[in-house]
Amino acid sequence: MALVLNEEQQMLKESAQGFLAEHAPIAELRAQRDAGSETGYSSTLWNQMVNMGWAAILVPEEYGGLAFGHVGMAQIVEQSGRTLTASPLFSTAVLGVTAISLAGNEKQKTELLSGIAAGEITMALAVDEKIHHSPTQTAMRAEKKGDSYLLSGVKRYVVDGSTADKLIVVTRTAGTPGEMKGISLFVVDRTAEGVTVERTQMVDGRNAAIISFTNVEVGLDALLGEQDRGFRTLSATLDAGNAHLAAELLGIAQESFDRTLQYMKERKQFGAFIGSFQALQHRASHWWSEIELCKSVVLKALQSIDEGDVKSPALASIAKAKLCEVAELSTNEAIQLHGGIGMTDEYEIGFFIKRARPAQALFGDYNYHADRYALICGY
Amino acid sequence: MSSLESFRQETREWLEENCPESMRSPMTNVENDQCWGGRKWTFKSEDQKLWMERMGAKGWTAPDWPKEYGGGGLNKEELKVLKSELARIRARSPLDSFGIWMIGPALLKFGSEALKQQHLPPIVRGEIRWCQGYSEPGAGSDLAGLQSKAVDMGDHFIANGQKVWTSYGDKADWMFCLLRTDPDAKKQMGISLVLFDMETPGVTPKPIKLISGSSPFCETFLDDVRVEKDQVVGEVNQGWTIAKYLLTHEREMIGGFGISAAGSKTLGALAAETVGTTNGRLDDLFLRTDIAKWEIDAASFAFTAERVTDEVKSGSGVGATSAMLKYYGTELNKRRFEHLVKINGSNSMIWEGEVSKNGWLPKTWLRTKGNSIEGGTSEVQLNIIAKNILGLG
Repeated sequence: MALVLNEEQQMLKESAQGFLAEHAPIAELRAQRDAGSETGYSSTLWNQMVNMGWAAILVPEEYGGLAFGHVGMAQIVEQSGRTLTASPLFSTAVLGVTAISLAGNEKQKTELLSGIAAGEITMALAVDEKIHHSPTQTAMRAEKKGDSYLLSGVKRYVVDGSTADKLIVVTRTAGTPGEMKGISLFVVDRTAEGVTVERTQMVDGRNAAIISFTNVEVGLDALLGEQDRGFRTLSATLDAGNAHLAAELLGIAQESFDRTLQYMKERKQFGAFIGSFQALQHRASHWWSEIELCKSVVLKALQSIDEGDVKSPALASIAKAKLCEVAELSTNEAIQLHGGIGMTDEYEIGFFIKRARPAQALFGDYNYHADRYALICGY
Repeated sequence: MSSLESFRQETREWLEENCPESMRSPMTNVENDQCWGGRKWTFKSEDQKLWMERMGAKGWTAPDWPKEYGGGGLNKEELKVLKSELARIRARSPLDSFGIWMIGPALLKFGSEALKQQHLPPIVRGEIRWCQGYSEPGAGSDLAGLQSKAVDMGDHFIANGQKVWTSYGDKADWMFCLLRTDPDAKKQMGISLVLFDMETPGVTPKPIKLISGSSPFCETFLDDVRVEKDQVVGEVNQGWTIAKYLLTHEREMIGGFGISAAGSKTLGALAAETVGTTNGRLDDLFLRTDIAKWEIDAASFAFTAERVTDEVKSGSGVGATSAMLKYYGTELNKRRFEHLVKINGSNSMIWEGEVSKNGWLPKTWLRTKGNSIEGGTSEVQLNIIAKNILGLG
């Protein structure tokens, strides 16, 4: 497949660009933050997104969706990186839809996918338990007892965990932490008895919940996929998630760069535009080159997921790793090249670094994915 | 059968009949197995000669050049078919040539009809080998500052000066050369691109030995060299435009290094053999980190080359420029060889003898240091990106 957007994808990209710039600019994020928003996002905005069909992009047609694919969805996600727009899109319409499409039974798909497409249900993926991402280390238990399971344990950094209607909870039904075997996924109501949600205010102004499960009882129909064999679904969901996080980081990197380049053409010191200084020109040129690589690797990873390519785990890790590196470069350079004004809260350039780092860490940072890629390659 | 399918069928049959068996395996030693052609060329084997001559006669050494100048006259789709059929039988390149890569395309774009007729067919057939006279001792990165000059003598020019970094100048038959034809004009405005035979009296190429031990370049002295008036490409004093076009071409070629590296055996696999692994991880964890970083960058770079090609094909986007590919590709290649040296430990430093394949690694490693200098340094590429793409003045 050619490494370019097709016409429809390009159109979606442009319409997302226009919509988000108008309705969800960084000023909106600032307003949410300063108002101490409960949800971390605007529900009015989310309703508009649903009305435009964005929640349904990955949902198969038979469940009321558009089946437009990951490349298409990522065009929106990338633009939301440029505008730093917070919304349930990632947790619900990417992670939720991917996991349920992969492993859900007919009843789950009908109920959940249709609900998501219609904007009636939001979801969150509860996977991590420690400060570093490591899905195989899942320790939270789910014990089968007659016609139900009992879930106990603590999940951390659950994005949208304090607002989502339903949680996809990664548990261990067999084996010990470190093993891929014995992982099972459950769909649990956030308001179920025994679920305690503590909201953590993060540096990006968004929420990430600590969720405690104390003998939470769920029926057998809450199991998503097969018992003990949930790792495959989890892994594929995380690959998709990481490809989309890479797309968001690409938006962040590009916007940081564009704004900095513009500033280099406006700011004068020593009687000249700072963009005329070679020391800064070379930094900008190198930075631009890195972003060019990012555009290619993100698109490649997304295409491979849409095609069901066996290389998609490796490509998702390459893309996430590369974007972690370049988003870090971009947000650091953005502040440095802006100088003092880049350190002020009043100026928007400093917002990018605060979204980039949590997005980098979520589902594995550079080190995690470089290690994973090397293991896949046999070294 | 569509015409493209029948073209594939014919191509396959022709190659089956005409590509000698020994030319159907990858080169084991590029320096030894490459075929450059030219008057002074000694073929390494009868098969090498046959392969070059047959492909040359067919025009397939320059498959997309017009037939009237000896080329293959293939369109883009046919070219793709030919390439895939050559790859299918793992055929070696029949002819590597600065004529095909550089001066040929420049002549096609800027040359007079007479110059095309005179020079293109011998290039296609591998009869004339070309070299490039660009850099001078005082004009490296600042190429437009070149001082070698050609003085108008009425019906001809007389050239004097010194060129340097002439690739294979001692083995080439003709030179395309930048000379100052108007000493009073502004830097870029007084330069012409001229062609002359290396046998012309006063032309003296002397090989330069590199830190890698080989001598792929010469310094070339020009003492009262007669250059014919009809051997000026394009207009007199307008050579800089063509020079820039050729430099872009050269950048694209050199930038390809990083891409080809991505196709061979991975650094990770090589390191697993030399340093060992425990539980699937290399035993040298610092080396492992460096290699993983390189592999991630190299893969991203290869996808970028792919994307740029696809964008050109689909006519969308501006595409990354050759300056960026040249910059990133050559820096990647240098990094690759630094890693290879570490992977192979002290064996990497064996200069001669069987165990090191006659010092292939140390010599190639040293040679890569020139990648980010030749064809415009990395710093010049960064200047070009800043100026032409980012609009920083």
